[in-house]
Amino acid sequence: MTAIILKDVDKSWGSFQALNGINFQCEEGKLLVLLGPSGCGKSTTLRLIAGLETPTSGTIEIGGKDVSYLPPVKRNISMVFQNYALFPHLSVAENILFGLKARKVALPERKKRLENAADLLGLSDFLDRKPAQLSGGQRQRVALGRSIVAQVSVCLMDEPLSNLDAKLRQEMRQEIRSLQQRLKMTMVYVTHDQVEAMTIADKIILMKDGLIEQHGTPEALYNRPETAFTGNFIGNPPMNILTPDTLLMEAFSAILPDRIRPESHQIGVRPENIRISENRGIKAQIETIEYLGADTLILCRFGQQNITLTVKGKTRLLVGDHLRLDWKQDHIHLFDTSNGKRLGNLEKDELS
Amino acid sequence: MRPKFYQRYWNHVNGWLLVLPAVFMISLFTHFPIGSSLFHSLFSTGTATRPAEFIGLGNYIYLLEDEIFWKVLFNNLVYSFCTVPLSIGMALGMALLINLNIKGRSLIRMSFFTPTVLPMIAVANIWLFFYTPEYGLFDQVFAFFGGDSHNWLGNPDTTLYCLILMVIWKESGFFMIFYLAAMQQLSPELKEAGVVEGAGSWYYFRRVTFPLLMPTTLFITINAVVNSFKLVDHLVIMTKGGPDNASSLLLYYIYENAFSFWDANYAATLTAVLVFILAVITIIQFTIVEKRIHYQ
Repeated sequence: MTAIILKDVDKSWGSFQALNGINFQCEEGKLLVLLGPSGCGKSTTLRLIAGLETPTSGTIEIGGKDVSYLPPVKRNISMVFQNYALFPHLSVAENILFGLKARKVALPERKKRLENAADLLGLSDFLDRKPAQLSGGQRQRVALGRSIVAQVSVCLMDEPLSNLDAKLRQEMRQEIRSLQQRLKMTMVYVTHDQVEAMTIADKIILMKDGLIEQHGTPEALYNRPETAFTGNFIGNPPMNILTPDTLLMEAFSAILPDRIRPESHQIGVRPENIRISENRGIKAQIETIEYLGADTLILCRFGQQNITLTVKGKTRLLVGDHLRLDWKQDHIHLFDTSNGKRLGNLEKDELS
Repeated sequence: MRPKFYQRYWNHVNGWLLVLPAVFMISLFTHFPIGSSLFHSLFSTGTATRPAEFIGLGNYIYLLEDEIFWKVLFNNLVYSFCTVPLSIGMALGMALLINLNIKGRSLIRMSFFTPTVLPMIAVANIWLFFYTPEYGLFDQVFAFFGGDSHNWLGNPDTTLYCLILMVIWKESGFFMIFYLAAMQQLSPELKEAGVVEGAGSWYYFRRVTFPLLMPTTLFITINAVVNSFKLVDHLVIMTKGGPDNASSLLLYYIYENAFSFWDANYAATLTAVLVFILAVITIIQFTIVEKRIHYQ
């Protein structure tokens, strides 16, 4: 069943168009990530679903009901905010139960839900503490607790992990994912971190300038980016977007079709798909080497262009070394320069 | 060892030299007068023919028997108990109103704040006109609805409340600014969380806004209480404490004793009592109330 549907949603403030014709659906019990650089409209989209903003036009449905202009409380949602939005003068227990008290849920029921949530989140020993006496991760858990006790179908998360340090972020990420799956929550999760998105999402919506760039599974976004922007945004290090100049065309004449022009086409190749070759591919010179432990990033230069590749472990190559870079035909993503749209994966039948 | 000691020594000397001007000024105008008042309160007031002499607690015993003192103290308590909570309540209400995103907000804010900018003397003159019998503002309004003329300030039953009303009008705008500043420190995310959690305006105010404003409320309360004891400029203009001391306040009574009756040492005794009262109130507020406040 479909839990959330957005139909032709626009949002503007004065002459500023924040969202432009947003259409998507989110299945029940799935985790949908809204991903994109800052200012792309992902938070605005979330706030529209929450009811903290109203759409300029279009409709929003939650659980089969049109909620476009309903206040948040009538939408059957809960929300976790970026800075947790915990009430500093209330204890952990009071914070978690704030909404239930406001909605006049009976005391025994409140107690039961609190115990349940505290158990689930490992907060049982902290119920009397104030938020200031908690670590970042614990505060995050309290915010989650507030969401869990509400027992609503849809949970919205606005960059919930951005205030945590890297290690904790990874832990909480896994925790949120397993919680979401265990409680079968429908979750919409906003982030600008593509690693976070890739690891927890069932589906990702990548946004840019108030438009949806691509909506699909993490695998689809990685393997078949529909735009050069998606290719560049998903994956770390980002995809190389190259101009097919004469150097490149000569080096790959066997696998690049003749119709490709430097003015009208771009070629995307992922760093991890580039191999160092003895006798094939394009000649390049190493500019910098970054050792990351498990692998090494090598930034090379050929003609006027830069290209990055990753190799496993540590390399014996040195800055200034000359080498040849090669890649397989089906690792080439071809984009149209004029609109950034994908032109196909250069599978054999497309070549003819 | 030697350079260390030398350094520390000069640190102290420099420190004291830096605070010396402030210490001097505060001692001269605050500490010395307090000590001096306490000292003089133990003497009778001297005249040309009869020099001041030490009478111990004589002035204090006289004070206990002084009916006017008790009347004035009672007036002052009524005055404080009315002006403090009402002006704070109004300040909070006005701040909540202005903090909403409504049209003409800056105009409302300005009009709420204007009374604060006026000197007390000017306010007293304006309100003196409001209260004037027959052609004052209030009487004209009453006359319009067919009411009688009142001598608002001349009637011992109404005069104190007339002053109270005026002071609330003057003070609440000032306190409103503190509330407004505190409210704008509150994170809008908290409000949004409240809305999502289904908290109505009143529930949210009661459980979140008001508790988080408590530090400001304490600060304002102390200021309001102190003001209610020390601000008497309007009495000079409007009633001179009359009729029959019905509108007189403690500080005005001190002023009368010192500069109308020239009984400086009895005034010093009253001052000692006033300082004692204010000290007790402040200590109560800071110790008992503060424990129940959440500071961010």
